[in-house]
Amino acid sequence: MATNTIDSSSGYRVIGTRPIRPDGVDKVTGRAKYGADYALPGMLHGKVLRSPHAHARIKAIRFERALKLPGVKAVVTGKDLPEGENKSVPLGEMSVNPRYLGHNILARDKALYQGHAVAAVAAVGLHIAEQALELIEIEYELLPPVMTVDEAMANSAPILDPELRNEEQGDEPTNIAKHTQLKRGETEAGFKSAQTVVEREFRTAMVHQGYIEPHNALATYGSDGRATIYCSTQGPFEVRGMSAAVLGVPVGSIKVVPAEIGGGFGGKTTVYLEPLALLLAMKTGRPVKMVMTRAEVLRASGPTSGSHIKVKMGCARDGKITAACVWLAYEAGAFPGSPVAAAAMTVLAPYAIPNVLIDAYDVVVNRPKTAAYRAPGATNAAFAAETVIDELAERCGIDPLEMRILNGAREGTPHPAGPPYRRIGFIETCEAIKNSPHYRSELNGANRGRGVASGFWFNAGMQSAAMVNIHADGTASVVTGSPDIGGSRASCAMIAAEVLGLEAEEVRPVVTDTDAIGHTDVTGGSRVTFATGMAVFQAAEDAMRQLKERAAKLWECKPEEVEFRAGKFFAKGNPDAPITIKELAKRLPRTGGPVSGRATVNARGVGPAFATTCIDVEVDLDTGKVEILRCTVAQDAGRAIHPAYVEGQMQGGTAQGIGWALNEEYVYDAQGRMLNAGLLDYRMPTCPDLPMIETIIVEVPNPGHPLGVRGVGEVSIVPPPAAVANAIYRAVGVRLTELPMSPPRVLKAILTHSGQPSATAWS
Amino acid sequence: MTKELIEATINGEPVEFLCEPRQSLLEVLRDVLNLTGTKEGCLTGDCGACSVILDGRVVCSCLVLGVEVAGGAIETVEGLAEGTHLTELQQTFLEDAALQCGICTPGFLIAAKALLDSNPDPSETEVRYALAGNLCRCTGYDKIVRAVMDAAALMRQRQSSSSSAKQGREA
Repeated sequence: MATNTIDSSSGYRVIGTRPIRPDGVDKVTGRAKYGADYALPGMLHGKVLRSPHAHARIKAIRFERALKLPGVKAVVTGKDLPEGENKSVPLGEMSVNPRYLGHNILARDKALYQGHAVAAVAAVGLHIAEQALELIEIEYELLPPVMTVDEAMANSAPILDPELRNEEQGDEPTNIAKHTQLKRGETEAGFKSAQTVVEREFRTAMVHQGYIEPHNALATYGSDGRATIYCSTQGPFEVRGMSAAVLGVPVGSIKVVPAEIGGGFGGKTTVYLEPLALLLAMKTGRPVKMVMTRAEVLRASGPTSGSHIKVKMGCARDGKITAACVWLAYEAGAFPGSPVAAAAMTVLAPYAIPNVLIDAYDVVVNRPKTAAYRAPGATNAAFAAETVIDELAERCGIDPLEMRILNGAREGTPHPAGPPYRRIGFIETCEAIKNSPHYRSELNGANRGRGVASGFWFNAGMQSAAMVNIHADGTASVVTGSPDIGGSRASCAMIAAEVLGLEAEEVRPVVTDTDAIGHTDVTGGSRVTFATGMAVFQAAEDAMRQLKERAAKLWECKPEEVEFRAGKFFAKGNPDAPITIKELAKRLPRTGGPVSGRATVNARGVGPAFATTCIDVEVDLDTGKVEILRCTVAQDAGRAIHPAYVEGQMQGGTAQGIGWALNEEYVYDAQGRMLNAGLLDYRMPTCPDLPMIETIIVEVPNPGHPLGVRGVGEVSIVPPPAAVANAIYRAVGVRLTELPMSPPRVLKAILTHSGQPSATAWS
Repeated sequence: MTKELIEATINGEPVEFLCEPRQSLLEVLRDVLNLTGTKEGCLTGDCGACSVILDGRVVCSCLVLGVEVAGGAIETVEGLAEGTHLTELQQTFLEDAALQCGICTPGFLIAAKALLDSNPDPSETEVRYALAGNLCRCTGYDKIVRAVMDAAALMRQRQSSSSSAKQGREA
């Protein structure tokens, strides 16, 4: 039920209301088509053979027996892929190295993690393909696995890639792909002027985005050399570019049709199956469909980094932070490219600190290659920094929110890695929590505590294209290339409706394929409503400009003499001749033909996002289980186009942050085999694990966007781990420094703190 | 592998299908009968995306074999709406923005329907426990729980107004 009332506070008619999303009916009736729902006549099924070893040399692959199995049409190995260029190419939020990408799709001489793809099969049935995998023989020479950053950075560490070098170590083989340093002021002097200094060390576990829909791809290839890939992806243009790079075929020969997507959170911004399905389609001349199992998703897609972090921070008597040193080492997985540089740039971003030194290390380990995960890199780092700030506040006797407000970044504060901020809303998120019913309420009861923490994320701009077509009845369609992962069709339709004087329901949004719209970067970086929304806004204005020209033609006046007010076109000085868009639309064929507004942007003016979260917990002293009692998140959206879906992003990110805080982790044995590759043992929050998640949308308009939009998709995941840790401290007096804060770990910390032998706890 | 001919009722319609003994009900629904509204998330019964109602009980269709449903009655997401008329649950999921990516939605609708079929006035805790077998990674469950409570209220309202209308006629 739409509630399209005029919101006098914002001055908008459609923006800020809560219409039903345009793709909603398809998604509650089972009609919406996700990648795995596609099928084509003559289709083959592909499956991947994966390394059972974390680190091994591939001595030989024998697949003749598999090929002989009736129904098997093709087997491919790393030898079937061209060797990609070994250089970094920027793509979306992360950079891509074609060689590493290709080696991750199919291993060459080494398997670098358990689950690393070694061969792939296409057969007439799924179960035949599975059977064929068992007939492929691989000869491995086992190598010692390197599972943590500490092991990988040690002097005597086994080397994953003998060719890997970094700038500082010259020609010495290394597992450290890159060291980044950010520096401002003099930290030594800063610490001298501090009255209180806190220094702590943290570890966080590798975690997965946990989208419910496994990766999928269906590829076709014709004798004309043209390919089509249907898949669930956040970035159809990235799938096209990466698949072309991996296979060595022209970008323009591939069309990617984005299916509905069942969650991504950054994990579907790269390719795994897409080039393989296409390679198998090229080999067989038949459509090939591939879908991962859940175990494959966990073992062989791209989780985010586990990390080792050290933070030292000092403040003056009044609580003003004088200096901060941060040391970050992030697991990149099997190939370089963890989000540690982003971690370095985000870790202190909410604060104005005069003296800063940040060292960041990107480290390869025998784990799956990491991919983006909602505010990549920021959550691990914020867990560390935000608990240290909490401890400083406590030692100074300052309320933790006051501490953040005292030191908080404002307009003009220099960002640690860039120019001064324009107008931002960090302080406003702290104030919103401070004034919330939650923070003002009393928390009573034994073993209960309340914690707060804040987070920063850049948000992204990048490229987008949009078309707005005026239909014969005066309604419109808006065409973009941004897969809708959480309601962005609704926000795009609302933006166009606002400009064209239509109701949201009168604008039909379409997400189209890579041949039908200009290049559009990933649905990621919280960028769709910001950047694609900017393109939609401009395309709608372009359509409006053309409509005014048509009205001018009818009235034989100049286009600039036509005004559009309250859904009607007027000729200046001729108030008796208003015409609605519906009436004008009927006249389009005789005034010059169809009206189609277009815009492309490489969006500038990105507005950073901040969130502050307050969490109450109760700790069970017998088991170490932490229950979330209450949770409130305040986030600066800039402008909330569709507030219900803004709240949805805030709630979803918070829930993922709570899962990261309490339970989620990749568990490996000594041989580097993942022990919990299923959704029973990889423990994500369930419905009874969480309370309602209260939201406060803060709106400090982004001066860089015509509607004030910042982007809301990511930052809410950043504060919860630290907020939970700070709450646990208030509840039981123990500071947790390792994620997840699972029952065994919490229990052990409580027992150690109370002087009882920790041997009585689970290890 | 030899296929067996199975007869069952799906969404009120008698259906016959051929399936191998190793094929799951989920595979039969999606790949044999083209009922792709039921989703695959894990194939191990942990995520609930493939939930269907089998003879009145919610089951993970990935854990049931196709041959096991012979003579049974199955309800899937495709059978919830009557023609173009959405149920209260489907309507409140839309109005409360209880879905983002939508992949878990069919399973949640099925689990919620089974709850409301047996308990027309559940507490928040009862809703949360009834949905414990369904994972959603997008919403944090908040709006889903609200949608189920709102649908329950609408259904109670409809039932009380139809029963009072009936009483009115009888009087």
